[in-house]
Amino acid sequence: MNVVQQAGRWILHRMRKAEEDGGGPVRPVVHAVDKISFELERGEILGLVGESGCGKTTTGRVVLRLIQPTSGHILFEGRDITDLKEAELRGLRPRMQPIFQDPHAALNPAMTIGQSIQDPILIQGGVTGEEAKQAATKAMMEVGLVPAQEFVDKYPADLSGGQKQRAVIARAMILKPSLVVADEPVAMLDMSIRAKILELILDLKRRYDLAYLFITHDLATAKFVCDRIAIMYLGRIVEIGPARAIFADPKHPYTKALIGAIPVPEPGRARDVRLPHGEVPDAVNPPAGCRFHPRCPVALVSCGWEGRDFVNHLEERWLNSERARAEVSLGPIEAWRAEGLRATRAVKDQDGKALVAGIRKILAEVHGPLAAAVDQVAVEESRLVVRFRKPEALVPKEVEGRTVECLLY
Amino acid sequence: MTGALLEARDLSVHYTTRRGPVKAVDGVTFDLRAGETLGVVGETGCGKSTLGKAILGILPRRTKVEGSLKFHGKQLLGMPEDEYRRMRGEELSVIFQDPMTRLDPLMTVRDHFLEAIRSHDRSVSSDDAQERAEKALRSMGIPPSRLEYYPHELSGGMRQRIMIAMALVLRPQLLVADEPTTALDVIVEAQILDILRDLRNAASMALLLITHNLGIVAETADRAAVMYAGRLAELGPVADIFRRPIHPYTQGLLASTIHLGTKELRSIDGTPPSLLDPPSGCRFHPRCPYAKEICTTKEPPMVEYRPGQFAACHFGRDFL
Repeated sequence: MNVVQQAGRWILHRMRKAEEDGGGPVRPVVHAVDKISFELERGEILGLVGESGCGKTTTGRVVLRLIQPTSGHILFEGRDITDLKEAELRGLRPRMQPIFQDPHAALNPAMTIGQSIQDPILIQGGVTGEEAKQAATKAMMEVGLVPAQEFVDKYPADLSGGQKQRAVIARAMILKPSLVVADEPVAMLDMSIRAKILELILDLKRRYDLAYLFITHDLATAKFVCDRIAIMYLGRIVEIGPARAIFADPKHPYTKALIGAIPVPEPGRARDVRLPHGEVPDAVNPPAGCRFHPRCPVALVSCGWEGRDFVNHLEERWLNSERARAEVSLGPIEAWRAEGLRATRAVKDQDGKALVAGIRKILAEVHGPLAAAVDQVAVEESRLVVRFRKPEALVPKEVEGRTVECLLY
Repeated sequence: MTGALLEARDLSVHYTTRRGPVKAVDGVTFDLRAGETLGVVGETGCGKSTLGKAILGILPRRTKVEGSLKFHGKQLLGMPEDEYRRMRGEELSVIFQDPMTRLDPLMTVRDHFLEAIRSHDRSVSSDDAQERAEKALRSMGIPPSRLEYYPHELSGGMRQRIMIAMALVLRPQLLVADEPTTALDVIVEAQILDILRDLRNAASMALLLITHNLGIVAETADRAAVMYAGRLAELGPVADIFRRPIHPYTQGLLASTIHLGTKELRSIDGTPPSLLDPPSGCRFHPRCPYAKEICTTKEPPMVEYRPGQFAACHFGRDFL
């Protein structure tokens, strides 16, 4: 018993997955997932929640060792599997299984449902065809594809979306995994059948003491099925802890924004949250400091303001064409360059003092902490320079039963 | 009802497929008033997108459309294609789910705008068109410098805002939005919905909002039309549809929607039917917990159970 309990522990420690992005002579590196750590116990569902591009799917693939992390460690059942060779991994694969979003794409259209479900144990070997068939029938019964003989010879095209997803789950369960990575398992299914698939997922967890990594963009679903939740933003976990605590009282401003943005099926109820402005920035070159700071409605002076934030501010300011005309001597926006903590623009034959005064005037009109984060506005080597203070180091902190990465705490 | 911008009467759309005719929309009747937002909700294959395409006149050729569909009292069905084309953009416009598939990857944002504007009015000069495009972008909070960008250089939310700006550049009276935020993340979705709401308030434009997401309808629409297997199950003011639904399908759909307040998982038994061979009588009867003999044989008519709230259920009175 002791062994089993110890075996059911996965640790992702300081994992850093850098994905290379093709194109161009200089291949930019995307830190799809950057130094994240979490643990998952048997009988537990951990939700990885975030918007597209936050690294949640990459994390799932790294956990399954479908891709290898650039640095850090993955411990599965107490064993470091970070650098295992494909052949060594094969022995572990039955114990860690994926469920994907699109059941139609996950099933071979030329194989019957029965064949698809038996296939994994036939690949693993050591069973007769008859045994495989029996195991498949049993798995189909467990996921509610009953009567099994009615489905076993059907092709995926003959099944509804919900039935196909049941077949995909049966195919994962036939190998008796201890860990299932479910990547958006109900996102493609219609509302009226989602609940049934979620119930099945919960039911299998209880029956087999499964551990799930439940990857989703849908906070409402996550709230319903997950024991713990990790909120991801641009490759980082910004808040992780018990689902109940996080939903009752989210701490990270990003978590608050995500929860507040969900449309509520209750007419007349106004959203009571200030939406973050803009969209998730490019992961090739994430913002300094806290990656959420440019969009954060409650950002502080020390959150990581930098040159490009100022350039973006100018661009937004000059959407108003009157203002753009009035401040034409400071433009055009294309003349500005953001270099780390600095934003600069060539002075040419203009009056440096007047330009500095113009920038100061703009900064005085800024709402929010950006202006206060400016260290200096000056002309240096015939360039107008706006320089920002260095951000405060961001360290994850324990806040009321969960871990939050935010300078507010 | 007079004063309606759009009137659909017994509208049916039948696709011809190799496996037989598919009754994607079957006998749908509703009105859309000027400045009103009507949310059309339902699950995959209920006919909601086909309904949108029928209004825009962009169904595949050889599709059988019957009934009546009037815009400003003018019959749209059978309208000559060149007249329809002029109306699209100027009077009716559309935004789709995935803007990336609707923008030409080889055209810049500017090219798209110039095409949209000048295909309707050749006399507009390039400078005028450019100015209108810049103004349209600014109104969506997009810097005019993005006019030089190609679609792949823009984020998903930016693309959808550009699609909206393009759809509105000719000031249509009716905008059909087919799952306009489904491809977007929840925060950007909320931003786009804010834009659509502001537009509605400012421009007195009617909006037909097609979505599978009940939350979006509750937040954005004035009235909701619930579709099931090609037919209208229920139609009425949003407050009534959500607080006191009549049709068992509407009840089931609301109960199975997972939201932050969900305490208990509910679902509707069975799966949506094939439209090649829809069930007899009430199409929902095989999945309906209250179905009786009559439901299997007789199609229920739309009945006004409360002022403005219609439901197609033989036993609607029992759910009042």
